[in-house]
Amino acid sequence: MKAKHQRLILALAALVAIVGAGLLAVSALKDEAAYFYAPNDVKTKGVEPGKAIRLGGMVVKGSLHRAADGVTIGFDVTDGKATVPATFSGIAPDLFKEGSGVVAEGAFDTKGTFVATNLLAKHDERYMPRELEGMTYNETTHEMKKADQ
Amino acid sequence: MHRFANPARFLKIARPLTGWFFWLGLVLLLAGAGCGLFLTPADYLQGQTVRILYIHVPAAWLGMGGWTGIAIAALMQLVWRHPLAAVAGRAIAGPGALFTAICLATGSIWGRPTWGTWWEWDGRMTSMLVLLFLYLGYIALANASARQAEQGGVSSVTAIFGLVGAVNIPIINRSVVWWNSLHQGPSITLRGSSIDGSLLWPLGLTLLGFSLWFGAIVLMRMRTILARNKVEARMRRLTRG
Repeated sequence: MKAKHQRLILALAALVAIVGAGLLAVSALKDEAAYFYAPNDVKTKGVEPGKAIRLGGMVVKGSLHRAADGVTIGFDVTDGKATVPATFSGIAPDLFKEGSGVVAEGAFDTKGTFVATNLLAKHDERYMPRELEGMTYNETTHEMKKADQ
Repeated sequence: MHRFANPARFLKIARPLTGWFFWLGLVLLLAGAGCGLFLTPADYLQGQTVRILYIHVPAAWLGMGGWTGIAIAALMQLVWRHPLAAVAGRAIAGPGALFTAICLATGSIWGRPTWGTWWEWDGRMTSMLVLLFLYLGYIALANASARQAEQGGVSSVTAIFGLVGAVNIPIINRSVVWWNSLHQGPSITLRGSSIDGSLLWPLGLTLLGFSLWFGAIVLMRMRTILARNKVEARMRRLTRG
């Protein structure tokens, strides 16, 4: 065997070992490295009240309402499998609205309502001009369709 | 590839190529940025801030592409002892780090109006920051072990570091898929694009423009290293003679 081939095999073996180790480490991190809890994670794993977490999901359409004090807003966060109620008092980011993504920082109270201390709007991977707003987007074919058709 | 192992032959091709890459890249870059600023419509949600994507995406692509180049050069250096591979690795590191920093900075500027935060420790952002630190580590290691390197390139230790650091590249790419992250999922995949065509087209121009520019910078830096080698060799001969 030529020295060149020996080096090639050695380098490739080392690369495979390193990538394998990296992937193992990453998969072990899977839950810890998640940036937020989805409502379904909260339901299945259980988060004790008072523990500071981030809750992420979509704001349920029609759930957004303003409390009597004028600064507190209430809304439901869903991931399609579970839904949890949340409240927030303060200034929400511009992109925060019904039907779009949100990441809320805060903790659950004893009644199971998420009390957010900070709101971040989560943007999705769709980019389109204003004229196309209201059209629905097909995830698999990447096609736009008029919502009412 | 060993045809280019001879620096003189490499320079003969690299010299005219540098100018072509530089000027063509500049034209495409300015055209793409101009069209992206003035001709495309605003996004339905983000409004005008969407335009930063024409800089942010090419910067991210080149930051990651740069390290991929470093890893390939490292493999060629370690296995085939290609004399120019070590020089290429060293030449890529600087612009690679720069574009990674541009990606982080533009992302942060975009994040403030869109998400409501300058910085969050989510998977995509953290792994991209790690890439910047890898670049800085690579440059520091290359400088510290310059004595062990031949021909003004990087040392074998640095090349091994470049190969190991490549682990981060697929992690950055998959970070938004594997973990819940604040950063949105991939918009452009093999199956198509979820960026509407009217917003997408200038991105192709800036992507190509920035890539050509990156190539021009790398070629210039490689030529600088080779020229310095020549000067040093001549100086050594003079002092000996």
